[in-house]
Amino acid sequence: MADIKDQRPNPDELLEKVQRENEKAQRGKLKLFFGASAGVGKTYGMLAAARQLRAQGVDVVVGVVETHGRKETQAMTEGLEILPLKKISYRGRILKEFDLDGALARKPELIMVDELAHSNVAGSRHPKRWQDVEELLAAGIDVCSTVNVQHLETLNDVVSGITGINVWETIPDRIFESADEVVLVDLPPDELLQRLKEGKVYLPQQAERAIQNFFRKGNLIALRELALRRTADRVDVEMQQYRREKAVTSVWKARESILVCIGSGVGGDRIVRSAARLAGLLAVPWHVIYIETPELQGLPDTKRDKILKTLKMAQDMGAETASLSGNDACETAVDYARQHNLSIVMAGRDHPRPWSPLRRSFADKIGVLAPELDVIQVSREEGDARESFAISPLQQQIDRMEKGWHGYAMATLACIVATLIAAPLHTVFELSNIVMLFLLTVVFVAIRYGRGPAMLASFLGVAAFDFFYVPPRFSFAIGDMQYLLTFMIMLAVGLITGQLTAGLKHQARIATSREARVRALYEMSRDLSGALIPEQIAEICGRFIESQFGGKASIILSNLEDKLKPPIAATAKPPIIDHGIAQWAFDHEEAAGNGTDTLPGSSVLYLPLKAPMRVRGVFAFEPVNPGQLMTPEQRRLLETFARLISIALERIHYVDISQSFAVTMESERLRNSLLSAISHDLRTPLSVLVGLADSMTLTKPPLTGQQMEIASTMRTEAMRMSALVNNLLDMARLQAGEVKLNRQWCLLEEVVESSLRAVSTSLSHYKVSVRLEENLPLLEIDAVLMERVFCNLLENATKYTPENSKIEIGASSADQEVIVWVEDNGPGLPKGKEEEIFKKFERGQKENATPGVGLGLAICRAIVEAHGGSIHAENRSTGGAKFVFTLPKGNPPAIEPEFDSSEGECV
Amino acid sequence: MTIDSTKPVIIVVEDEAQIRRFVRLALEVDNCIVHEAETLQRGLIEAGTRHPDLVILDLGLPDGDGVDFIRDLRVWSQIPIIVLSARTEETDKVRALDAGADDYLTKPFGASELVARVRAHLRRRSLNSNEDNSVIEFGNIHIDFRKRIVERAGEALHLTPIEYRLLTYLVSNPDCVLTHRQILKAVWGPSHIEDAHYVRIYMGHLRKKLEENTSQPRHITTESSVGYRFMP
Repeated sequence: MADIKDQRPNPDELLEKVQRENEKAQRGKLKLFFGASAGVGKTYGMLAAARQLRAQGVDVVVGVVETHGRKETQAMTEGLEILPLKKISYRGRILKEFDLDGALARKPELIMVDELAHSNVAGSRHPKRWQDVEELLAAGIDVCSTVNVQHLETLNDVVSGITGINVWETIPDRIFESADEVVLVDLPPDELLQRLKEGKVYLPQQAERAIQNFFRKGNLIALRELALRRTADRVDVEMQQYRREKAVTSVWKARESILVCIGSGVGGDRIVRSAARLAGLLAVPWHVIYIETPELQGLPDTKRDKILKTLKMAQDMGAETASLSGNDACETAVDYARQHNLSIVMAGRDHPRPWSPLRRSFADKIGVLAPELDVIQVSREEGDARESFAISPLQQQIDRMEKGWHGYAMATLACIVATLIAAPLHTVFELSNIVMLFLLTVVFVAIRYGRGPAMLASFLGVAAFDFFYVPPRFSFAIGDMQYLLTFMIMLAVGLITGQLTAGLKHQARIATSREARVRALYEMSRDLSGALIPEQIAEICGRFIESQFGGKASIILSNLEDKLKPPIAATAKPPIIDHGIAQWAFDHEEAAGNGTDTLPGSSVLYLPLKAPMRVRGVFAFEPVNPGQLMTPEQRRLLETFARLISIALERIHYVDISQSFAVTMESERLRNSLLSAISHDLRTPLSVLVGLADSMTLTKPPLTGQQMEIASTMRTEAMRMSALVNNLLDMARLQAGEVKLNRQWCLLEEVVESSLRAVSTSLSHYKVSVRLEENLPLLEIDAVLMERVFCNLLENATKYTPENSKIEIGASSADQEVIVWVEDNGPGLPKGKEEEIFKKFERGQKENATPGVGLGLAICRAIVEAHGGSIHAENRSTGGAKFVFTLPKGNPPAIEPEFDSSEGECV
Repeated sequence: MTIDSTKPVIIVVEDEAQIRRFVRLALEVDNCIVHEAETLQRGLIEAGTRHPDLVILDLGLPDGDGVDFIRDLRVWSQIPIIVLSARTEETDKVRALDAGADDYLTKPFGASELVARVRAHLRRRSLNSNEDNSVIEFGNIHIDFRKRIVERAGEALHLTPIEYRLLTYLVSNPDCVLTHRQILKAVWGPSHIEDAHYVRIYMGHLRKKLEENTSQPRHITTESSVGYRFMP
């Protein structure tokens, strides 16, 4: 049964542990001095430790110490800094209490806070001192404190069982468990008793007798054993933890966990404590639930508080708690156990019910409902049982009432019983009292079996009373008209009580179904929060529809143009969708179809999925029966549901957007880093090549003519290679849209000038002329890129024309733009290729000896177009090629003319 | 090691060993003493201890921003700094120049180019310290600062005050690349730092008056997107 598996350190657990340790590292450390009872010397031990640490230079402060006037202890505090106590006035008296704020403000490294289980005076920040300590720890202050074994929550009832004394001040076990260090302060019982005799143990005067009872040797031995064992358990846990961390051996773990069901009875605490112990022993998770049945809804507030307290206590002890509601406690419990994979169910033992031996106990019922669950019954103390967790009688009666004839039979039986009981009493009591008996019967029947049987009981009761007891006896004749009134009252009581019961039952049913609905909505929204694609949403939606309404459903999403896409089926059988109505509902953001004012004849209801930003689509729903959607409650539920769906759809829409954005960013980043890596890696060796080839020509003694030529060729080729690399990278950048134009208002003249200088070596054998129109306006261009355009055009010209050809650069201003051209008198462009040459890797003549890969013109076009201009090539009428591009003029900034006051001065 | 005091000392801060190697080769042929530094850190130490006459600094060093190096160096030294950088990194060049670098070379560059620049800056340095600068001549231009006279081929040239200030600033920084920002600050004052088009327009006017061929000027050349250089 136990699912055994190898427990290597689970990465999640390790992570959690690391987190826990991180948390712990920031938190202060808690050191507990733990003892079996008062008087063993915990406070003394604590103070001794404090003195020692202080001697080591630790910043120690005494927060609160209960010396109870003992001299030895008092002496220990000497030389230690003692935090003044806070005075709190309570009911006219001034009480002294530990000053939490003072301690937090003082913020020592270590603080001594005695008596961890102490309850604070009303008016303090926390009701318990251990809560003060928690706050100190959270503030990063180390704390030393003392605690007795009976103060541990889970041991509390064991101790009170042993000693007969209830201890009210307790601390949750988790405080003890999470303490970083526990020091057991041990004293053999005999020595303790000796100390007690010597008056070294403080005893409050009032409770002296009780305390004397407490300090019996038997008690002390038991308490000491408890304390020792508890400390040993802790050490064991530490050991196990150590083993798990170090993975010394594989650790085996049963995957059992415990479900504790509590009812309204006082025994709840007891069950929870037992469960806590068991869960601790098994080291398994445990859940505590309270199931509110219709009967329990009517509990008085005091009992309700008690239950909530028990749940709170369970939570403090580390349980997961839940408050559920259901008609049948057993079924609800079993469902919960199955949902949460809990294999052990614990509940209080039902009180024996002598009068109904056939009734099944809670445990038996669970056994029948879920044979796979282990059931543990916890013993109850006397007096607990009546109010224990049991199936409510009322509920059972309500169930039975539905069985019809049963109620009437019981009514008859009740009347017979009443008649029989009345028989011997008749002689003793007056008739008016006998009538009360019958009245009681009617009330009883009405409560248990409802209106019908109550009416029957009224009739039968009156008949029996009349027949058997009203004189004349054994006849239905009514001597006195007053018995008619008796009959009327009995009937009225029966009817009213029956009515009330029925109403109660109805309310309970409504409450349960409402709760189920809320739960379903809650579960759906939880599921929706995890959905990442529309299909998942459709599936969740289908599940909800099936559980809450039945029928067929689909989700129709819209595309970016506000048109509906094909529907996604939510249920196994999707409804037949009229796209016209769906689109209408979407466009008008109004419901249409079944149950609405628009096209109510359709069997399908179309609800627009309105999300905060926009309508995301349409939800189409075809109920099983067409009238089902008329009730406002159902419509409301459906609308809430549609709203949840649309929010989920909107969320995944934005998830998609952010993801695609992230992908774009990432690919861009990758491209950039690739480009810069390539450019660096290619350029560095080229730079070295150029430089080395060049420095060869400078060496002394000088190179021979042939060597000189080799060196210079090397240099030229390396430079060309570098130009090629530049072009490739430029193209890659331009294509990626990565190039951001650094546009400034520039003079074309300057760009031409720097371009001519850049390609001056290539141009040395050509006749270059520049013919720029006078007073060209400033152009808003990226000078570096524009220089590339000119360089490429000029190099192109040198490549395709023979040496000594003429190359001319010109520019003229037109209406909205500046026209720039570069022309030569070479062979011109191949006919019909004027456009193609601007394509990438396209060259004027295929397979010729002219170097290049055909990127230059493509780059020119990309740059010019990025500036908002255009470029084309043509053949000149006089022969040769002409490349023309335009650049928009834009609105150049005004230049303030200089007032030349110095006219003539600088002559 | 004996140090020949007549030989200029040059520090090369560059992480690529091969580039260091050819720079050293080229400069040693040209009678310089070269010290290499692989990192900015090392470069600062070398600059502080070797009494260099010039620093050659690669801007793309892995251990930091070359511009910081320039600022650090400029705190205590006015020696010429030539930065090496790749093409398409105009903003880096401008930052380096604004921080105090004097010139730049774009990779790949030839050894002859490098040597020419180094020589020019070394010469400028010795000129600055020795000569009376009140009269300057370049090409067919004659400038007498004391008399505020500019002549071209013996003929007096009329310059507006801004043009004159511009010329003065350029001439007093020969062979250096001056950024638009530096020129604006020196000629127009700190309030016009962003109006780079003013520099372009007035530079155009000045060139027309000084240069024979404005599309292929000899003395005032344009460094695209960076600034201008005056070469006597």
